[in-house]
Amino acid sequence: MNRFAFAIAGLAVALTVSAQTITVGSKKFTESYVLGEIAKRTLENAGFQVDHKQGMGATAIVWGALKNGDISMYPEYTGTVSEEILKQPRASREAMVTALAKDGIGMSPDLGFNDAYGIVMRRKQADDLKIAKISDLQGHPDLKCGITHELLGRKDGWSPLLAKYGLHFDDVKGIDHALGYAALYAGQVDIKDCYTTDAEIKKYDLVVLQDDREFFPLYKAVFLYRLNLPQKAIDAVAKLAGTIDEQKMIAMNAEANQSKDYSEAATMYFAPKSSPEAASAQPKPVGNSRLDQLLPETLRHLELVAVSMAFAIFVGIPLGIWASKPGRLGVGILGVTGVIQTVPSLALLALLVPIPFFGISFTTAVVALFLYSLLPIVRNTAAGLSGIPVPLRESAAALGLEPSAQLRKVFLPMALPMILAGIKTSAVINVGTATLAALIGQGGLGEPIVSGLSLNDGPTILWGAIPAALLAIIVQVAFDLLEAGIVPRGLRLRPQGYEHDH
Amino acid sequence: MINLTNVCKRYGSLTALQPTNLEIPSGKVTALIGPSGCGKSTILRIIVGLVRPDSGEIRIDGARMDPESSLSLRRKLGYVIQDGGLFPHLTARQNVTLMSEHLGKPVDEVQRRVEALADLTRFPKDSLDRYPLELSGGQRQRVGLMRALALEPSTLLLDEPLGALDPLVRSGLQADLKEIFIRLGQTVVLVTHDMGEAAYLADQIVLLREGAVVQQGTLEDFQKRPAEPFVTEFLNAQRALVAL
Ligand SMILES: Nc1ncnc2c1ncn2[C@@H]1O[C@H](COP(=O)(O)OP(=O)(O)OP(=O)(O)O)[C@@H](O)[C@H]1O
Ligand SMILES: [Mg+2]
Repeated sequence: MNRFAFAIAGLAVALTVSAQTITVGSKKFTESYVLGEIAKRTLENAGFQVDHKQGMGATAIVWGALKNGDISMYPEYTGTVSEEILKQPRASREAMVTALAKDGIGMSPDLGFNDAYGIVMRRKQADDLKIAKISDLQGHPDLKCGITHELLGRKDGWSPLLAKYGLHFDDVKGIDHALGYAALYAGQVDIKDCYTTDAEIKKYDLVVLQDDREFFPLYKAVFLYRLNLPQKAIDAVAKLAGTIDEQKMIAMNAEANQSKDYSEAATMYFAPKSSPEAASAQPKPVGNSRLDQLLPETLRHLELVAVSMAFAIFVGIPLGIWASKPGRLGVGILGVTGVIQTVPSLALLALLVPIPFFGISFTTAVVALFLYSLLPIVRNTAAGLSGIPVPLRESAAALGLEPSAQLRKVFLPMALPMILAGIKTSAVINVGTATLAALIGQGGLGEPIVSGLSLNDGPTILWGAIPAALLAIIVQVAFDLLEAGIVPRGLRLRPQGYEHDH
Repeated sequence: MINLTNVCKRYGSLTALQPTNLEIPSGKVTALIGPSGCGKSTILRIIVGLVRPDSGEIRIDGARMDPESSLSLRRKLGYVIQDGGLFPHLTARQNVTLMSEHLGKPVDEVQRRVEALADLTRFPKDSLDRYPLELSGGQRQRVGLMRALALEPSTLLLDEPLGALDPLVRSGLQADLKEIFIRLGQTVVLVTHDMGEAAYLADQIVLLREGAVVQQGTLEDFQKRPAEPFVTEFLNAQRALVAL
């Protein structure tokens, strides 16, 4: 929050003394610093001496400093004023001005840009369906929604939005903010939430639908100041009205982030960037009991793990058999599966989501998990088979067993402990990795984790993290029991030299 | 009867077997002997089709060993390597019956055969359901022999069957082997390092050196009519070993 705090020494004197010191404050993030610098420059140009106390802290601190006169001005957002400071949700500008005046505080006109939530669509689809406003979405329940966990989780978020506009959608998924843009661009979803200053809106040629019933509180940038400031100072700041649009703020923030010179960034002319101050509004956890969701989320998690593991086993073992044969093919198979393993899981999702066949589907989640589970199975199968001593291989062949029967009756059973160990490793990794499925709306125990992360809500994260960890342990123990059950005693004994070199 | 005609095998620049002609008579025991690396195992592996010769042909009772015929010919051969070559995930019994069951033979017939083979090889029946690692070296060797004999092969190929055993067990098993050979009257090819063992078990001995046959005959032939000075050298070396 940018605060222009004018530190005013004495009000009575202020009217007669033109050169007095005004203290401007700001909150602790780039945009606030830059706006603070802009206020400072503006007041200096009006003939005042100005001191800028940068990065004082969060809303409560800066607001407190303004109220008790430590500072005289700071940059703020209208949504924060109504929701957080005045606790009058959706208060009108007039109502806010009146309420602030009781504390001796004034509010400047809007500087221009708005850092609020919005709803975006692809421009082409919006044009085709003649949708310009959120209310135009009525009668389109078939449009697919990819909504951030933050908005889905907030009490004043997605559900009340639907209620206010009388909307219904058949397909609503929770999806990561950045992946959601990729999915929207690829046509996997049609509707997504955004911050109105997101750079992707321009990049992907999206339109922000008009919030015609004013559901989202406006987060318009303003300056709050003490009413006892000299009128000349108040007038100077009022002239900033409407001079900073989204583009300008984005450019200034980018500059400031890069150079770390806020004064220089402000020189770009109130060069702005926008960082959603919306984030300072307190997120409220969703109302549904986490306990009720634990079972379905766990079952969903197991479904993701089971399906992807089944494919990994049925593909991984044959690949491992192949890879165990000498030659380039074997090296190639191990190489490729090894490389897949090194791709960060989030990056793998990001690669798959834009592909039309995949998108943000169960298939994508399963395919990503499948790819991650492959390596331990392939590698262990190959190692188990190629570790079989040559004399035993020759004995199997010399018996007159066909190659397929040698594999089935002798080699694979001998490699079984290794193969099982590979499957166990895969399954344990898979249980952990499957939490990422929530990023593309596929649920599972990642749902509370992702949701908790975006709402900065520790307990919610634990509702996913602890069951996932327990699940991994259970899987491990289950495989140990399975191993004891199906590996013949002859393979569990310690080998003592039956592998004589021949 | 096994015939090797002009059979030759090289590994890169190393000649494991020079062009060799060898006739192994039916119903007789033939021992292959010679210094380490002279190609004894190579000959057995060529006969059983595990190694393809670079040239020449192998006939087993007149049938040519080639990739197409190898499967059916192998089932008429019993092949045993040092320590038995048993599969560790199968019990002694399962090792012996693996092939019979694969071929779909009746269960009771197969089990009767296991009992008979255990008698023949003097393998303790109460150990039949143990895994190879739960058996002694001599017992493993007996199971390897049972497995080789399971399909009643016409020919038995033994590669140092007694190599890993201590002398006492070894002499016991030698006597048992001799009895088995006599009772079954099969064609047997046996690889050994020990001239005494060869003379005791075999009807004819084939002495090899550097991938070539030096002399073929009985111990008496070797002693009285050595084909080369090497034959006498070899016998002397063996005797020196025994004298120790
Ligand atoms: N797969 C192979 N690749 C390369 N060389 C081999 C291979 N198999 C055998 N040889 C070589 O061929 C030669 C004959 O080997 P072979 O196993 O027949 O000897 P051997 O007479 O059985 O010896 P030993 O008494 O030590 O068992 C040896 O020099 C050996 O190193
Ligand atoms: Mg050998």
